[in-house]
Amino acid sequence: MDETSRHAIPRIARLYRFQFEPAQNAFVLLFPEGMVKLNDTAGEILRRCDDQHTAAEIVADLERAFESDEIGPDVDAFLAEATQSGWIEWRAARERT
Amino acid sequence: MSAAPDPIPLWLVAELTYTCPLHCPFCSNPVDFAQRGTELKTEEWQRVLREGRELGAVQLGFTGGEPLSRPDLEQLVAQARQLGYYTNLITSGVGLNERRIKALREAGLDHIQLSFQDSTRELNDFLSSTRTFELKRRTASLIKAHGFPMVMNCVIHRLNIEHVGRIIELAEEIGAEYLELANTQFYGWAFLNRAHLLPTRKQLEVAELAVEAARARLGDRLRIYHVISDYYENRPKRCQNGWGSTFIIVNPDGTALPCHAARVLPGLSFPSVRDSSLRDIWLHSDAFNRFRGTDWMAAPCRDCPEREKDLGGCRCQAYMLTGDSHATDPVCDKSPLHERVLDIIARAPQAQPSRPLIFRAPDNSLRLGGTAATAE
Repeated sequence: MDETSRHAIPRIARLYRFQFEPAQNAFVLLFPEGMVKLNDTAGEILRRCDDQHTAAEIVADLERAFESDEIGPDVDAFLAEATQSGWIEWRAARERT
Repeated sequence: MSAAPDPIPLWLVAELTYTCPLHCPFCSNPVDFAQRGTELKTEEWQRVLREGRELGAVQLGFTGGEPLSRPDLEQLVAQARQLGYYTNLITSGVGLNERRIKALREAGLDHIQLSFQDSTRELNDFLSSTRTFELKRRTASLIKAHGFPMVMNCVIHRLNIEHVGRIIELAEEIGAEYLELANTQFYGWAFLNRAHLLPTRKQLEVAELAVEAARARLGDRLRIYHVISDYYENRPKRCQNGWGSTFIIVNPDGTALPCHAARVLPGLSFPSVRDSSLRDIWLHSDAFNRFRGTDWMAAPCRDCPEREKDLGGCRCQAYMLTGDSHATDPVCDKSPLHERVLDIIARAPQAQPSRPLIFRAPDNSLRLGGTAATAE
């Protein structure tokens, strides 16, 4: 399976916790003794990586939310980067529960 | 007046107790720990956790001493998790059994940092004055079996630095995701024992090669943090990412500090969470404001283009090596007193300690705490 295929389902990786921090007005990724503060775009994408939706569904949802049909490549690029950084993991859609 | 937003204490360090089954001679606890006041009660810690979260703290370290010696640890973890903290347990592993690790899992603990003192049973057990090496290995299996991310921590010094390659292999064997090779910094107990613990430059260079080779071999499988002793740097590090910028450390008796060692500094009185809210302490106490930012600096820091980068370095190190808590950290080669550090490291290869290692134990603490205990 191509890991970052639009048909696969991403989720936040086991080592990380994702949450909104009111004090920083930002989404953050938390991990042992550390934190990554996310920009708005990264936060909007990662909050949709809920182990329930395929990348294609995430792109479609973002396009609806931001009224744009040109963000697919940016989302793909970010998801590839997030995979590389170890922030997200993937499973195939047919394993969907 | 600068328009910079108030800093947020992203890190709250809860030192739950000074009780510890180990007696490591490089412990970062204060030498006088056995002379300190009574421990905060559960309800007091609960208030501290709430107040910290309201200030924006998000990383929470449960440490000590050995935090597992507090029977209310699970209760505090549960509350912390509910408040939204990322909860880190920093432990020797002593006291972690099947029952407690299950309870910690259910309470929502996020991560466990397990210490080893060496890769060999002999030195691990000698340095900690306990027979704990095999127990730590079993504890590591327990941590992995329960699915926790695990950081292995090993304090590095003259007596074990030549084992660094083997220590990295131990971290691989036990399945740690991260390894912290924390070279001893010389405060507290480590300062007393400096003649035993300061490695030579040659030892450090060999260790750095071993770390580089392991990183190349392991890639992302095991992330290795190797922090060398400040004495071997030529620029200082920020104190806790900047005094009063990121960290609040709460001692077992409720004293709030900007850094672990700050109580050695003269002329500062540190507030207690028993008397003030964490917000008052963070924003308004003299102690947290004294070395915040750059206004306190004297020359050469004041006029240095790098002053924002290292914020003058470590105040405790400056005081311990120069007698002046406002001095430039003398590990900086721009410090007029940098020679003192060079002299200390130049003597390391011939060091013949005139007294045995002093272990972190209540009797030694009662005998030495409060005196002007010195390094050799």
